[in-house]
Amino acid sequence: MRSLLPILTVLAALLGIWYLAVAPMNIRVALDQVERSGAAVEPATSVERRATSVWRLMWDNSEHVAAGYALERPRLPTPAQVGGELWKTTGQMVERGRPFSKRSLLRHSWITLQSTLWGFLLGTTLGLLGAIAIVYSRVVRMSLLPWAIISQTIPIVALAPMIIVLSSQVGIEGRGVPKAIISAYLCYFPVLVGMTKGLQSPALAQLDLLRTYSASGLQSFFKLRLPASVPFLFTSLKIGIAAALVGTIVGELPTGAVSGLGARILIGDQFGTPLAIWAALAMAAMLAGLLVTLLDLLQRATLKRMGMQA
Amino acid sequence: MTSNPVISAKDLSLTFQTNDGPVHALKDVSLTVNKGDFVSFIGPSGCGKTTFLRCMADLEHPTGGTISVNGLSPEEARKSRAYGYVFQAAGLYPWRTIGGNVRLPLEIMGYDKAEQAARVARVLELVDLAGFEKKFPWQLSGGMQQRASIARALAFDADILLMDEPFGALDEIVRDHLNEQLLHLWERTNKTICFVTHSIPEAVYLSTKIVVMSPRPGRITDVIDSPLPKERPLEIRDTPGFLDVAHRVREGLRAGQSYD
Repeated sequence: MRSLLPILTVLAALLGIWYLAVAPMNIRVALDQVERSGAAVEPATSVERRATSVWRLMWDNSEHVAAGYALERPRLPTPAQVGGELWKTTGQMVERGRPFSKRSLLRHSWITLQSTLWGFLLGTTLGLLGAIAIVYSRVVRMSLLPWAIISQTIPIVALAPMIIVLSSQVGIEGRGVPKAIISAYLCYFPVLVGMTKGLQSPALAQLDLLRTYSASGLQSFFKLRLPASVPFLFTSLKIGIAAALVGTIVGELPTGAVSGLGARILIGDQFGTPLAIWAALAMAAMLAGLLVTLLDLLQRATLKRMGMQA
Repeated sequence: MTSNPVISAKDLSLTFQTNDGPVHALKDVSLTVNKGDFVSFIGPSGCGKTTFLRCMADLEHPTGGTISVNGLSPEEARKSRAYGYVFQAAGLYPWRTIGGNVRLPLEIMGYDKAEQAARVARVLELVDLAGFEKKFPWQLSGGMQQRASIARALAFDADILLMDEPFGALDEIVRDHLNEQLLHLWERTNKTICFVTHSIPEAVYLSTKIVVMSPRPGRITDVIDSPLPKERPLEIRDTPGFLDVAHRVREGLRAGQSYD
């Protein structure tokens, strides 16, 4: 709990910067609106204002800066507006007894979360198996590792539509499977790299010791390599689950999906409703935070049980 | 002494091929170790003392000559669990308690649960660590950790103990204490011990036989059978007999030194 104060301090600073940034970001839109309602604005027309810097506009129209904090379609909404939208699409829906209606972010989060967890499971399994193969086979190490690295240099946004097209070609219905594949594609890599390092972390003397006991390969895996890799595993899992969430959202973006947080972001963009985008964004961030925190708690509990101080 | 040697090496050689040409870690090393001996190997870095020990343990493979352990090849001896090996670093698993670490070889060798518990209790008693079974390694001092690693090597019934500078990383005071304990242990268990060290007083204090080695190529320059009695209080190190042996070891080391 000692870390609470620094975290809150940083949060407060970010919110402060955010509030300050709203004024210059929204001044043009605010002045357009004020002009339409008949008040005097300097310069008078939108075209003239375009040639003027935002700082100048704020200086000359200081009485209208406040209008930028209450726009319906702001360039940059205030944290309070985002919070309000978030409440409207979550808590209020629950209050009205329709927590999973089409506009509810809970519903979209749940859809994104499902794909994320399936992708995480798939990616983690692949990463683990890959790491074991790399540690135990020189051939695999030399042939697989370069491809694993190359796989991460391909932009996922370029790859995502292809995965969706291909999976529908082979007869997979719905978005669930291709989204999970895209998410697994991003999430297997940190697990592969982290676990390769983790499984190789025992010192030579420790492997020699097992040799003096004539331990079998399985015994040295389960008694030495696997437990030694646990701290590495959790670090990888934390990076992996965040990557899996990003993968799922990317999988929902360019593919005409209608549900999921990624789809909400895209739809908000197409319909010019910035508040919806920001609310979905905030929801995604909170979801990622929640997932990483859960893994962190699991890590602490596990390492404590294993007698290693986290 | 019995006629069946525990360890018998004849013209043992080990050459590593490196980019800078061959390195003769061991060259024509011949030695016999009898049952119940406490043999120290002493010499400067690179004299092959650790390599020799690792050859006995089947952790290195000689390129020439023969070596037998309990009359078997090192590999057969390893598979029949003839020896316990103690490394310079205690190398305890941080995720296992002291008891869990000592239990490790027993689990691997398939002893049943009751037998495991009984043995762990017995060997921890033997190294004065009774009551520390449930502690984790980080809760123990370096000397205690090394004692736990000795207990681990004693847990199964090997009559040979191979020790590679087990006290090298510990301070002088702790080391004296552990040397004394090790002698008691050796007396009580009647094991054959091969002990690698850098320290002349340690070698002379502990051993019935001191093997002096020198580098480039790694070879034996002198084998000294200690005339000291089996009962050795720490004060024996100030007696003329002890100093005589230490002197001979020092002479052997000096003779083998090459200043190239």
